[in-house]
Amino acid sequence: MKLPPFDYACPATLAEAVALLASHGDAKPIAGGQSLMPMLAFRMASPTLLVDLRKLPDLNRISIADDGVQLGAMVRWRDIEDDVRLRAAHPPLAAAIAHVAHYQIRNRGTVGGSLAHADPAAEMPGVALTCDAEIAVTGAAGRRVIPARDFFLGPLTTALAPDEIIVEVRLPAWPARRRWGFQEFSRRRGDFALAGVALFYDEDADGKAVNAHAGAIGVADTPVRLTGVEQALNGCAVNEATIAAAARAASADVDPPDDIHANAAYRRALVGTLTERALIASAAI
Amino acid sequence: MSVQFTVNGKAAAVDVEARMTLADCLRQHLRLTGTHLGCEHGVCGACTVIVDGAAMRSCLMLAVQAEGSEVVTVEGLSNDAELTPLQTAFRKHHALQCGFCTPGIITTAHALLSEEPYCDADRIREVLSGNLCRCTGYVSIIDAVLEAREAYQNADGGAR
Amino acid sequence: MKNTFIGSPVERREDLRFLRGRGTYVDDLAPENLLHAVILRSSVAHGRITSIDASAALQVPGVHSVITAKDMPGGPPIIPMRLQPLPEFKPFEQPVIAHTKLRYVGEPIAVVLASSIAIGEDALEKIAVEIEPIPAVANWEVAARNQSLLFEEPGTNRSLVFHARKGDADAVFRDAPYTRRERLRTGRHYGLTMEPRGVMAEWDAGSGKLIVSGAAKVPFFNRRILAKQIGLPEDAIEMVENDVGGGYGARGEFYSEDFLIPFAARQVNRPVKWIEDRRENLMAMNHARESEADIEIACARDGTILGLRGEVHTDMGAYMRTNGAVGARNVAQFLAGPYRVPHVSIDSSLWMTNKTPVGTYRGPGRFEANFFLERLLDIVADDLGVDRVDLRRRNLVSSSEMPYAIASVQPTDAKDEYDSGDYRAALERCLTEFRWDDKAKLQGALIDGRYHGLAVVCFIEGGAAGPKETARLAVNEDGTISLYMGTSSVGQGVETVFAQIAADALEIPMDRIRHVYHGSTTYVSDGYGAYHSRSTVMGGSAVLDAAANFQAAIRDAGAKRLGCDPSAIGIAEDKFTGPGGNSLPLAELAGLSAEGAFLNKRHTYSYGAHAAHVTVDAKLGQVQIVDYLVVQDVGRAVNPLMLRGQVIGSLVQGLGGAMLEHLQYDEQGQFLTGSLADYLLPTATDFPNVRCIVLEDHPSPINPLGAKGAGEGGIIAAGGAMANAVANALRSFGAQPRQLPLTPTYLWELVQAGQREAAE
Repeated sequence: MKLPPFDYACPATLAEAVALLASHGDAKPIAGGQSLMPMLAFRMASPTLLVDLRKLPDLNRISIADDGVQLGAMVRWRDIEDDVRLRAAHPPLAAAIAHVAHYQIRNRGTVGGSLAHADPAAEMPGVALTCDAEIAVTGAAGRRVIPARDFFLGPLTTALAPDEIIVEVRLPAWPARRRWGFQEFSRRRGDFALAGVALFYDEDADGKAVNAHAGAIGVADTPVRLTGVEQALNGCAVNEATIAAAARAASADVDPPDDIHANAAYRRALVGTLTERALIASAAI
Repeated sequence: MSVQFTVNGKAAAVDVEARMTLADCLRQHLRLTGTHLGCEHGVCGACTVIVDGAAMRSCLMLAVQAEGSEVVTVEGLSNDAELTPLQTAFRKHHALQCGFCTPGIITTAHALLSEEPYCDADRIREVLSGNLCRCTGYVSIIDAVLEAREAYQNADGGAR
Repeated sequence: MKNTFIGSPVERREDLRFLRGRGTYVDDLAPENLLHAVILRSSVAHGRITSIDASAALQVPGVHSVITAKDMPGGPPIIPMRLQPLPEFKPFEQPVIAHTKLRYVGEPIAVVLASSIAIGEDALEKIAVEIEPIPAVANWEVAARNQSLLFEEPGTNRSLVFHARKGDADAVFRDAPYTRRERLRTGRHYGLTMEPRGVMAEWDAGSGKLIVSGAAKVPFFNRRILAKQIGLPEDAIEMVENDVGGGYGARGEFYSEDFLIPFAARQVNRPVKWIEDRRENLMAMNHARESEADIEIACARDGTILGLRGEVHTDMGAYMRTNGAVGARNVAQFLAGPYRVPHVSIDSSLWMTNKTPVGTYRGPGRFEANFFLERLLDIVADDLGVDRVDLRRRNLVSSSEMPYAIASVQPTDAKDEYDSGDYRAALERCLTEFRWDDKAKLQGALIDGRYHGLAVVCFIEGGAAGPKETARLAVNEDGTISLYMGTSSVGQGVETVFAQIAADALEIPMDRIRHVYHGSTTYVSDGYGAYHSRSTVMGGSAVLDAAANFQAAIRDAGAKRLGCDPSAIGIAEDKFTGPGGNSLPLAELAGLSAEGAFLNKRHTYSYGAHAAHVTVDAKLGQVQIVDYLVVQDVGRAVNPLMLRGQVIGSLVQGLGGAMLEHLQYDEQGQFLTGSLADYLLPTATDFPNVRCIVLEDHPSPINPLGAKGAGEGGIIAAGGAMANAVANALRSFGAQPRQLPLTPTYLWELVQAGQREAAE
């Protein structure tokens, strides 16, 4: 399981990196490499050039401001775990990232790498989609910002052009009183989720849910929004009946595939269960 | 491609193909065969080394990406004269049998205890869930790491 | 003989190198001029090779050559069976490389020799193989239709039926007051070793000698096979055992590569090394355990077992490998486990399918049998309203019945008996230590969203396969002593255990035993190896015999030196002593050596009980272990520290097979679990609450140590215990798990079915 042959470049600037990607037909950026390296080992990818992003400046910053949380593309899981500010600034992010892989991988795996890899069961893409994140990218044609809902096109497929590099992901501001839940179930700790659910809502003056957002991972070709759950929550008090309705809606929202770890019927029910549990947790916060 | 980095405190310069992993580079070019390959796809943890203070899977890292880094392998955590406190605890608790996963577990545990010398059993289990051992059932490994914590702790409650 | 070291938790010698990263595994060898072998494997389950074109691969810079079956005059050699080598199996044995037909995904087609593994893998993609597909036989039921045949000549996909018989089962079933029939299945999983396999061969054309590194488990036997296949006398081949990263029954059997790599080295007259990668390992190393039982039990109303009968069907994969029949044989012979079952009739069929062939995995057949019977017993207890513990108490073989004859198996005519022990005492100890009576009231309880379930099951573990093991002791130049063993290390710690035994037998400090050599064919005249929980019992007993001979030799030689009667000579540390305080350094006798052997045709049976307390989240189908206890009586624990390691280690492997590990194929025989993200091994967070108690109450009467094989007791009952505990947790849903592993999907489906039934 040795890697296929490729050239390697380690540019010092973003512009150089983009130029390298643009001038090679089959080049691929490598950040932490924690998803790309196994793909190479199985020869499921065989780029002719790897462009290492590790020397690019300023991509490893976490900034927290009134307009939200910005994570540089080279921010590692470990950095999110260590940054105690994030637990208040974006609680579901911290909760979701706690499920990512294992110690050694968390020391190297990056936010940008996970988004670009776009595994449908990965946490970061799920959080980005559920939270209406924006993904800032730079390419030969310049900078652009891609809403998360337009970013994930299929399994391991994104809206990134071959010469584009993710620069940062922007999560909208998180009001302190927002209610949220994140639930995931996997066969073993650190495995990809059999399914995971992230959700949040605000409460109006009557204590009814507004601005509900819900999304799921591990149940489709991409992370998905659970629109039925959002409809079931908006305008309702989050009580037992609402939670039950939302859980039913969650199962109805998804059409999961069978795979070796779980079948479709199980996954469908699991999304309902996780939605129910995320809502119970959200109401208790 | 030529790469220079520090391994176990010594400067190393090697000429490798871009596609060579750090694990293969350590084993083949530097003959540091204590770093083992158990899966080569980032699951088993046998190839764990410490890069710039952090435990990493050396099969998921290119040798060229180690340029300028300080790499520590199991050999760098050993000396001839006696076993280290971590190794002593492993031996006492019979925390190894066939020994194949052991170097990766020693490096991981060393990195953990260096950073978190007061970690509890749950944290040790969580961290070591990235290292597969087929012989021991893990119980003795957790006991050994728990016991070794003391050697990483300072009287003032900090890390040594 | 003193007992200074035997019975003590002596820390291992091996650890000093392993902990420092100084073990030497086969991949650590890198001689000059080495070529790396990479193997092209079949990507189809069943097909006929119409052509192989390696010309493009040979153009890749760094590629030396490509070897296929065509390079073997007279066709590729066949790998013979090591255990149960019955003539019936002959047509089903595996050629070392595919010749005309491909029978499983992973079967070797070609060997590329290159200057690096990476280049070899580049070349693999350039070998063009044309294959005419044949309908795949993806499971035993399809095999039984005998429509698509793996082997045309025998005309059937069934290689054999083992018949286990005792008493007259059909007669007892005719009049039985109660019978129950169940279909139960165990999942395909295997003895994955953390070190993948590896072989390195060095051929010296001048002297005609072949050195093969990477040998393990049974090097003497493998040398006999290789010598015959490759056309060399046995003494021209040296099998070298390096450090071995785990065995579990799977590593060290003779596989295709054990011929292909030496053959390649001889062809090209250069050292050749092959190191299995993990993806290959998952599809090339022996699989195990996939078995289905359709069995029936007959009982009296009070729960006394009257008889067992039925069929077991084992999915053998594509070929009969060296020890492939053991599991199917054992499942029939040991279906009754530690229980008194007077009438047994089990037919165990071996079905060839288009999957990786099977071999033994720790507790072969016994894990399956334990799951089948213990599952059945809990169902019987519920049917008859008998307490599930009392049911087991009532039926365990008692110490007064020892030795106890069990079912014999045809056509191998295997008769066997349990040697000794008090099975009931071990069960009671387990219940007490587990605080069963306190916990039993939790049975089925729903607490904080999780259902509690408990189970206790009993097991026996066979060990000490004969016929023989050998050992040799020799005085070194510096007056220390070396021990040379015919058995092998697969990582268990035999260097320490044998040094303990030798030191006590010679009544000297352990550090006087300077080195324990094992495994390689150079050290002793013959050896048998590491399988069937035999190393300590057989090898250790051989050490005792060697030590007696060695002492006699020292007495004779010492008496001549000191001019006294041999009976007056003793060994003390680094000297031999005579009357009147006379002594001379042992170094004076450097070169003196004596060999010993232990012969045994009977088996030891260690035994015990597992108790499990689990909780189940019925909505997730998730199981957590609250407490799990193994109590095992091993007769004599030479090293209690290491014995604990064997029990807990094998238990967690068993929990892996019960809960996580599953080798899966689709209906076309395509392999679906080719990575460690697909094949789930237990990790440190999965099964934390496991413990064991080792008893030494009933030493084996059939060997001088009193030891019984003890490497498998943890694994054997893990499936039965977990399935019963989960069944009890989910009793309010009427859930009866009938297959392993107990995946979230499967448990959730059982709960759903129970809820549907309740609603109707």
